[in-house]
Amino acid sequence: MQRNPQLNPSGELQHLLSIEGLPRAVLLQILDTAESFVGVTEREVKKVPLLRGKSVFNLFFEPSTRTRTTFEIAAKRLSADVINLNIAVSSATKGESLLDTVANLSAMQADIFVVRHASSGAPFLIARHVKPHEHVVNAGDGRHAHPTQGLLDLFTIRHYKKSFGELTVAIVGDILHSRVARSLIHGLTTLGVPEVRVIAPQTLLPAGVEALGVRVFHDMLAGLRGADVIVMLRLQNERMRGALLPSAQEFFKHYGLTEEKLSVAHRDAIVMHPGPMNRGVEIDSTVADGPHSVILPQVTFGIAVRMAVMSIVAGN
Amino acid sequence: MRIHIRGGRVIDPATGRDAVADVYTAEGKIAEEFGKPDRVIDAKGLVVAPGFIDLAARLREPGFEYKATLESELDAALAGGVTSLACPPDTDPPLDEPGLVDMLRRRAKALSRARVYPIGALTLKLQGEALTEMGQLTDAGCVAFSQGNVPISDTQVLWRALQYAATFGYRVWLRAEDAALAKGGVAHDGEMATRLGLPGIPGFAETVALGTLIELVRATGARVHVCRLSTASAVELMRRAKAEKLPLTCDVAIHHLHLSDMDLGYFDSQCRLEPPLRSQRDRDALSRAAADGVIDCLVSDHTPVDEDGKHLPFAEAEPGATGLELLLPLALKWGEAHKLALAPTLARITTEPARILGVEAGRIAFGAPADLAIFDPRAPFQVSAQTLKSQGKNTPFLGYELSGRVRFTLVAGNVVHEG
Repeated sequence: MQRNPQLNPSGELQHLLSIEGLPRAVLLQILDTAESFVGVTEREVKKVPLLRGKSVFNLFFEPSTRTRTTFEIAAKRLSADVINLNIAVSSATKGESLLDTVANLSAMQADIFVVRHASSGAPFLIARHVKPHEHVVNAGDGRHAHPTQGLLDLFTIRHYKKSFGELTVAIVGDILHSRVARSLIHGLTTLGVPEVRVIAPQTLLPAGVEALGVRVFHDMLAGLRGADVIVMLRLQNERMRGALLPSAQEFFKHYGLTEEKLSVAHRDAIVMHPGPMNRGVEIDSTVADGPHSVILPQVTFGIAVRMAVMSIVAGN
Repeated sequence: MRIHIRGGRVIDPATGRDAVADVYTAEGKIAEEFGKPDRVIDAKGLVVAPGFIDLAARLREPGFEYKATLESELDAALAGGVTSLACPPDTDPPLDEPGLVDMLRRRAKALSRARVYPIGALTLKLQGEALTEMGQLTDAGCVAFSQGNVPISDTQVLWRALQYAATFGYRVWLRAEDAALAKGGVAHDGEMATRLGLPGIPGFAETVALGTLIELVRATGARVHVCRLSTASAVELMRRAKAEKLPLTCDVAIHHLHLSDMDLGYFDSQCRLEPPLRSQRDRDALSRAAADGVIDCLVSDHTPVDEDGKHLPFAEAEPGATGLELLLPLALKWGEAHKLALAPTLARITTEPARILGVEAGRIAFGAPADLAIFDPRAPFQVSAQTLKSQGKNTPFLGYELSGRVRFTLVAGNVVHEG
C-alpha cells in the first residue's frame, strides 16, 4: 500500500483530500486551530495575515455557490489572494484535460488549489501532479469525500457536546451518494464516537457500509432512539423519483425529520444539515427552525474550519 | 531454416513430458533428429515449451492506432513468448464484415510475427441487435464470434445468436455481464468502492448473466466460451455446468489471479479493468479454479491504453491493462502459489487454449507447428515502461519484481525474438 498521499514524509498535512486515514492528532489540530479562528470571524476587523501574498485558486469543476463562497471568505480572512475558476463552463468544455488545466494554473504561481470535481478521486490525481510547495484541498469529489464539511460537522458536534467519547450520532438519508456522510463517518470513528448509525432504505445505502464502522437502521424511530446528534442529508432532486425512491412525499413519510420523530432522540439532541435543505422532504420546517437546530452555526463554523485547513497546509 | 535446440528442459504439457532433450525444427514443423542444422540454439538451463496461446489480446487495429499498432503489439507478443493470439472484435470499426477481417489477417501475415486469429463480431457494430454474416466471416478467417466487452442486453437476440451459431457449429465467446446491473459501475460493488465513493458493479451482474447463458447453452447446444470470469459464484456455476457436460469452457485474466479491489489503493487508474477487480475471496476462488481445471485457461486480456487514457480520475480512465509480456511471469507466479509443476502450469497457456481455439499448435510433437518459447523461468526482471515493448505501458504491475524471461521465440520454425 502506498503512503497516505495527503501527509508529507514527516506525517504533517500536505493536502487535505479525505478524512479517512488522517491521524486523530491531525484532526484535533485542525479543530483546535479552527477554535482560535472563531474569534477572528467575530471581530470587527475579520482578517489575519497568515496567508498574505499567497494565491488560492478555487477550481470548481462542478457548480457550487455555497462551498465556493465559504472557501473564498476563509481565504480572504487569511489575507490570501483568491482566484475563482468555474471550470464547469470553461476549459473542460473546450476539451482541455484536468491535468493540463492544473499545470497551466500552476504556472501562474498557485499556492493552494481548492478543488471540487464530480469524479471521485480527482483531487488525488491532482495532488500527485502538483509541485511540492503547492497544496490541494478537496472541496468535494463525486461520492467520495467532502473533508472540510466533515470537519465542520465535527467542530459543531464538539462545540455543543464537548466530547466525542459517549455520543450516539445518527446520519439519515441518501448515504449512497453522499460524500458528506462518508467524510463524517470517518471523522467520528477516528475521534472515538462509540455509536455511529446510518438510517436509510436499502436503495440509498452503499454495499458493505457496515465496514465503515456504522450500525445500519432502516426504521427511523429505532435509529433515532437516544441519539445525541442527528445529521440529515440532502436528497438530490433527481433521486426523488425513479428506481431508488417512489416520491419525495413517501421519503418524507419514512425518513423526514419531524418533531414527533425527534422526540425519541435524547432531549438535548442537536440537529444538523449540510445544506441546502429541502424543507418538507428530509426535514420539517418546525425542526429546521426549532430549538434543536444548529444548522446556521454550522455555516459560521465552516469558515473557521476552512481557515484552519488552509493555514495548516500552507504552513507545512 | 533447420534448427537444432540443444540441451533444454523440454516441457510438453499435452503429454506431461518434462525432460532434458534436444528439439529439431525443419520446414516450419517439429522434426525428427537430423544432422547439419542451419542454426544451433544452446538451451542449457532454459525451458523449451510450446509457444504461448493467448485468447484475449487487443491489437487496437483498426481504429486505435494511436494506442498501439499491430507491429508494436505483435513484437510485445513475441517478447512474451506468445506465438498465437486471438483478438476480440471491439476495434473501430468492429470486426463485423469480411473485408475488415481479411485486411487484418493480411496485415498480420505480412508482418510474419505471431499468428493472429481474429474473433468476429457476433452482432453488427456490436450493437446487440442484428447478427453478422458469420458464414462469410468464418471464410475470411474468424475462429469464433464475440461481443468484446459490450454485453447484449436483449436476451431474445442472444438466444437467436446462439441458435444460429449452433446450427453451423460456430463458436461463441462471451463475457458474462448483465448490462443493466453493470450500468455506470466502475469497480466491484463492495467495501472498497463504498469507501472510495465509486459506482459499483455487483458480483451478481456476472452470475445473473452467466445463469442466462448456461440456460441458453442448454437450450441451443451452442459451444460457448465464457471470457474472463471474475467472481467465486460464477466459478461455482461453471463447475456445475461442466459437471452436466454442457459444451462450455472459460478463462480468467491473469490480473484477476493476483489482484483484488484492495489494490485500487488511492484511486489507482491502472487497476481500472473490465471486469473489475473483485474481492480477495473472489480472487482466491478464481486462482483455485484455474488450478483444479474448472477454469480452462489464463489470458492476458492485453489492452494497451495510452497515458492520456489513464491520467484521469478513476471512473473516467479507460479500462484495461497491457499483458502480453506478463502472461508467462504471472502464470508462473500463479503456478508456484499452487505448487503446480511447470507442465500443468504451462498447459493453461498452451494446450488448453489451443483446444478452445481449435489449432494444431500448443504441443511439442513431430509434425506439430514449430512454435516455441524458450525461457528462463527464474530470471528476474522489474516491470517498467522501459522493459515493456507494448506501446501500452499501463499495468497495475509496474514496479513489480517478477521472474520468467523469454530468451527465444520461434514461429513456424523461424527465430522471431531473441532477448
